[in-house]
Amino acid sequence: MQNRLINWFKFSSPATFYPLAGRLAPIFWTLALILIAIGLYMSFFVAPTDYKQGEGYRIIFVHVPASLLSMFIYLVMAFWSILGLTFNTRVSAMMTQALAPTGAMFTFISLWTGAFWGKPMWGTWWVWDARITSELILLFLYLGYMALHGAIDDRRRGDRAGAILVLVGVVNIPIIYYSVEWWNTLHQGATIKINQESSMHETMGHAMLLMGLGFWCYTVAAAMVRVRTIILEREHSTTWVRELIGDKA
Amino acid sequence: MSFSEWLDMGGYGLYVWGSFGMTALCMIVEPILLRSSSKAARRRIARLNRLENNDA
Repeated sequence: MQNRLINWFKFSSPATFYPLAGRLAPIFWTLALILIAIGLYMSFFVAPTDYKQGEGYRIIFVHVPASLLSMFIYLVMAFWSILGLTFNTRVSAMMTQALAPTGAMFTFISLWTGAFWGKPMWGTWWVWDARITSELILLFLYLGYMALHGAIDDRRRGDRAGAILVLVGVVNIPIIYYSVEWWNTLHQGATIKINQESSMHETMGHAMLLMGLGFWCYTVAAAMVRVRTIILEREHSTTWVRELIGDKA
Repeated sequence: MSFSEWLDMGGYGLYVWGSFGMTALCMIVEPILLRSSSKAARRRIARLNRLENNDA
């Protein structure tokens, strides 16, 4: 029985995780391209015009997936942070580090597309509304994590400090998610509802789902490529990295 | 529907293309940056290896 279980700890070593990440990256780049291509086609040519918000509503096909990813990536970073603090595994901290820039990028996209939604729909680019403000705090958490991690020369101490910052910031995620219910704000309520009938046309939901899955695959691919660079840089003095890279320019 | 009508997005052209354009820009630039930083890391390590080999 024992030897039939996958030994997950095997992949907690950078030397074994490096080739695995290298195999996963092209698969997820391809999936992301296909899903986003179909998603874009559906966003513009299949999903019907919204009866209230005209063609402008098509912004939600990037805004909603980017916003969900901005929160989801943070939760995944929190997951890796817990693993890293508990088991002291190096790859966990490297994964947290690899996800942060992509998470920050999706948070920025969420705020940007939100502003481009707000101007025509609500008449303003920006408002200090509960959801928008908490999403901005999420961007600062990502940037704060990256700055803190980069500022500490001792890598292992930086990993731990970063993990603690990420875990403290997790409190912000339910605040973003439930902000539209807890406070009476300008930002409209959820378009996708988990246990109720959704408030939109079926093809709109499908387009959004495809875009969301595409963004998710993109995130996995980007994180895999970035974690490989991080592994090379942090393990550059080990024998396996030196043999892998050699001395050719 | 003509192409220019489609680009106009019922008057929402600036907002729709401003959103999709920035998203596309980010998701194209990030992979390019990832590629160049990966190459830079490999070059750095190869140089370190060369220095070490010359010393030996």
